[in-house]
Amino acid sequence: MEIPYTISNRPDTGLWNAKIGIWLFLASEVMLFGGLFSAYIFLRLDAPPGLWPHGLLNVPVGTMNTAVLILSSVTVVLAWAALKMRRYRAYWWYMLVTILCGIIFLVVKLAYEWPQKFDHFGAYIKPEALGKYEQYLGNARLAEKGLPQRLEITGHLHNREALNDPSVKEYEIGLDPVNADPNNPSMDRPHFLYVPPTDKIAKIEKEDVERATMFLPTHSTYFATYFTITGLHGLHVLGGVLVFIYMWLPVSKKVYQRNPEHLANRVEVCGLFWHFVDLVWIFVFPLFYLL
Amino acid sequence: MNNPPDVSPDPAEHEEYAHNVQKHVKGYLVVGAALLICTGITVALSYVDFGTRKANVAVAMLVATFKAGLVGAIFMHLAAEKRLIYRVLLFTGFFVVALFWLIYLAWYNPIAR
Amino acid sequence: MDASASPVTTHDSHSHDADHGHHELGFWRKYVFSTDHKVIGIQYGICGLIFLFIGFSLMMLMRFQLAYPGHALPLIGSALGHFFGPGSMPDGKIAPEFYNSLGAMHGTIMIFLGVVPVAFAAFGNFVVPLQIGAPDMTFPKINAASFWAFVAGAIIMVTSFFVPGGAAKGGWTSYTPLADIADKGPGFHPIFNGQTMWLLGFIFLITSSLLGAVNFITTIIQLRAKGLTWMRLPFFVWCQFVTAFLLLLAFPPLEAAIVMQLMDRLAATSFFLPTGLVVNGAAVHISGGGSSLLWQHLFWFLGHPEVYVLVLPAFGIVSEILANNSRKPLWGYKSLVFSVLVLGFLSFIVWAHHMWLTGMGSTVSAFFQTTTVLISIPSVIILSAFFISLWGGSIRFNVPMLFATAFLPMFGIGGLTGIPLAFNSADLYLHDTYYVIAHFHYIVAPGTIFALFAGVYYWFPKATGRSMNEFWGKVHFWPSFVCMNIIFLPMFLQGMLSMHRRWYDGGQGWNLAGEKVWGLSGFEWNTPISWAAWTMGVAQIPFIINFFWSIKYGKKVGDNPWQATTLEWLAPSPPPHGNFLEAPVAYRGPYEYSLPGASKDFTMQNEPVESTERTRRKVEGEPVLA
Repeated sequence: MEIPYTISNRPDTGLWNAKIGIWLFLASEVMLFGGLFSAYIFLRLDAPPGLWPHGLLNVPVGTMNTAVLILSSVTVVLAWAALKMRRYRAYWWYMLVTILCGIIFLVVKLAYEWPQKFDHFGAYIKPEALGKYEQYLGNARLAEKGLPQRLEITGHLHNREALNDPSVKEYEIGLDPVNADPNNPSMDRPHFLYVPPTDKIAKIEKEDVERATMFLPTHSTYFATYFTITGLHGLHVLGGVLVFIYMWLPVSKKVYQRNPEHLANRVEVCGLFWHFVDLVWIFVFPLFYLL
Repeated sequence: MNNPPDVSPDPAEHEEYAHNVQKHVKGYLVVGAALLICTGITVALSYVDFGTRKANVAVAMLVATFKAGLVGAIFMHLAAEKRLIYRVLLFTGFFVVALFWLIYLAWYNPIAR
Repeated sequence: MDASASPVTTHDSHSHDADHGHHELGFWRKYVFSTDHKVIGIQYGICGLIFLFIGFSLMMLMRFQLAYPGHALPLIGSALGHFFGPGSMPDGKIAPEFYNSLGAMHGTIMIFLGVVPVAFAAFGNFVVPLQIGAPDMTFPKINAASFWAFVAGAIIMVTSFFVPGGAAKGGWTSYTPLADIADKGPGFHPIFNGQTMWLLGFIFLITSSLLGAVNFITTIIQLRAKGLTWMRLPFFVWCQFVTAFLLLLAFPPLEAAIVMQLMDRLAATSFFLPTGLVVNGAAVHISGGGSSLLWQHLFWFLGHPEVYVLVLPAFGIVSEILANNSRKPLWGYKSLVFSVLVLGFLSFIVWAHHMWLTGMGSTVSAFFQTTTVLISIPSVIILSAFFISLWGGSIRFNVPMLFATAFLPMFGIGGLTGIPLAFNSADLYLHDTYYVIAHFHYIVAPGTIFALFAGVYYWFPKATGRSMNEFWGKVHFWPSFVCMNIIFLPMFLQGMLSMHRRWYDGGQGWNLAGEKVWGLSGFEWNTPISWAAWTMGVAQIPFIINFFWSIKYGKKVGDNPWQATTLEWLAPSPPPHGNFLEAPVAYRGPYEYSLPGASKDFTMQNEPVESTERTRRKVEGEPVLA
């Protein structure tokens, strides 16, 4: 006996095997990201006021990456439709665009966004020393407006050796706009465009600092969730791209020539996975970049 | 919106079939455009002050859910899918909601806070 | 029956892959890297049984420490100390850290490398496709991938004993913040340390379970034989179906939690570390803002459904054997099916009853107490239906039946003693005592593991074509049964004397209070328990010898030695690749035993109804139509 319904539908369910398989797999993926997002909610609700950072990510780049993923979702469904219409050439092109989109997404993430964060610095000021750095924090005005205090001074760390060398007593920070001009009301809300750290340098004594790190996962629960969720999402994108490359290579043309419906089914299954990855990003983007 | 029907083995019907799929392709393009526009809307709305941050979060999640719905319904063909898949997703949805809601509840209702 | 005939004869031109060649496979492809569900099932089964024995051995070591704290283990103590490396057993005495490792790994190995692989993966893989009349699982390659992911996870778990500092020490629950900060610092490798390897191993085990679950569900939905409708499925298949859903949906949140704990350990995040954490008198340099409760929620979101992953396959195995050996249809088939569905459903929303001591408010605990008590209803329905199935049957007490009937009271004790734990006021006292240990061990040890033994004896003839020896089977059963109860019954007493489950000295220090039950104090009860445990170890020797001896020299039996009704007994023993000589068709329910008017006391699922009707007419002397 051979395994039935690998390509054709079982009459009573109306489905072929892999289609059920992928949906079950996606159900488990929903639970996986559900677990992560519920952790995000839990930690964010638990965070004291002012300790959940806003506006630290690069919104235009994030928006572009969102658009790239949406575009790839469109092309993958077009690729599938092309196969259904038995137009292999069109399929090949759509698939190529999909793969390129996936690669662009990953490159932007890994080669630009993440390194930019790793290169950024933040120092949490001890509560008793907040007054000393009022010129960079502007908390008096925030308190008047009923907004949460600023506890952190961020920017570019000019003396990197300060991180590990105990003989260096202070951090030299090229201030981010928000700390360079803290009393400007336009700084109360995050900006759309990313503005690099200014030339204004602040010296902060290590004694006054509670914690100081680069923007690594260890920086805060915000960055911890950000790197974990986008990292896991990135792994999914990578997996999708690898499978798409396999679907696009000449190996798969042989499958098409033997039975076009078989390749169409495979593409449909991978496409479903890809749309799911897109769908996760639709929630990741506003939660981390915008809110 | 229905899914494209399976290709017919009869070559005479193939022309009409291809035409049929072509109509769906238009739908996919429209949805893609709608998703891009919604992305723009999400970004823009995040700079509008809705009073509290909670309100901003709610608005953004509403738009995101709409986008996710579009992707699910059209790209993933959930608008017209077999009953079995709906059932699996219904179960999953229930458990995801349980996970979110109950963790929230546990946070909201400890013995001492 | 001609078992050598190849079942695959035609080569359908439109329904095969290029890799479906039908040449004779070499040894490695046939027995090691096989994609055949039966080979994978047997691989899972043998690995799982070995791990059950390893997990049991760890426990036997712990039992020595509990009964004779501070004494050197005689004979093998120093050898074991060398085996497990420096610091584990100095002078043959079990070190406290090593004791913690033994405890954590006993739980982990027993559950995730022993019971789940045998109950779900082995029996599920071997029996389910046969029972539904399918040629294989839907995704044979994914099936093999699932097994090898399991092997990778198992290797990582076991090798963690031999890295500097030894295996994980945080209990099988790996509660944070302790698990976050354990096995770190001087003397520990940043990655190759016990706790981190525990987490890494788990990722592989979860992957394995997920792939298996997807495969099982799809197989049961898509590959049922013609005529095998949902309500004609053997109850075992239903149990595996629900189990697969539990694994599919409950494991991913734990995977998320494990990724987060890995981040905590490797990238110094604070998912589960609260602000202001102090370790060894010094504030830890972390961002804080995390929550240990979050770990517990995510862990028990898996942890509770996992309990049913352990027990539902056991229900399935027992139901098959009870029906077969009482020669009666299973009583209340439909209520059994709906009970098992409700059980699976409810098992997702009871998890916080493991967390009564974390200080949840009255609203939340009221909700979870209600659901926890509700879930006992389907369990009781299932157990009652099993008992009623025995009523009035002509019972054959062969070895599988002995184990299966022993399952019923053992599971009953385990289940009923769980009810006090469902109420948080009672649980505040009993939490983390030996009472809890006794409760859940009654469910999984004399409960599930007895069912697993029953299943091994029952399906062994199908897998090998030979049956296991009855006499040695009984020599295996009776001592095991007696020892199980000597081990676990006194633990209820110890627990009610409030003996804590993680005490390294077995309660010797606490013994000063001198409270005695039945002549022995809580601590002194450790001695008979430990001796019973070691005796039970000895009692497994007949099984091990019987198992391997019978593969080669067991009595040859036919395709249907138990005179059973379900479809797996239709295939040749052992079934060839592709399973059935021709696609079976089901015409009736799974348990048509002692059908009135039938010529024999079992009617197989593939026997057309008409023929029985004719037989009945013949027997009753009515005219028979051509």
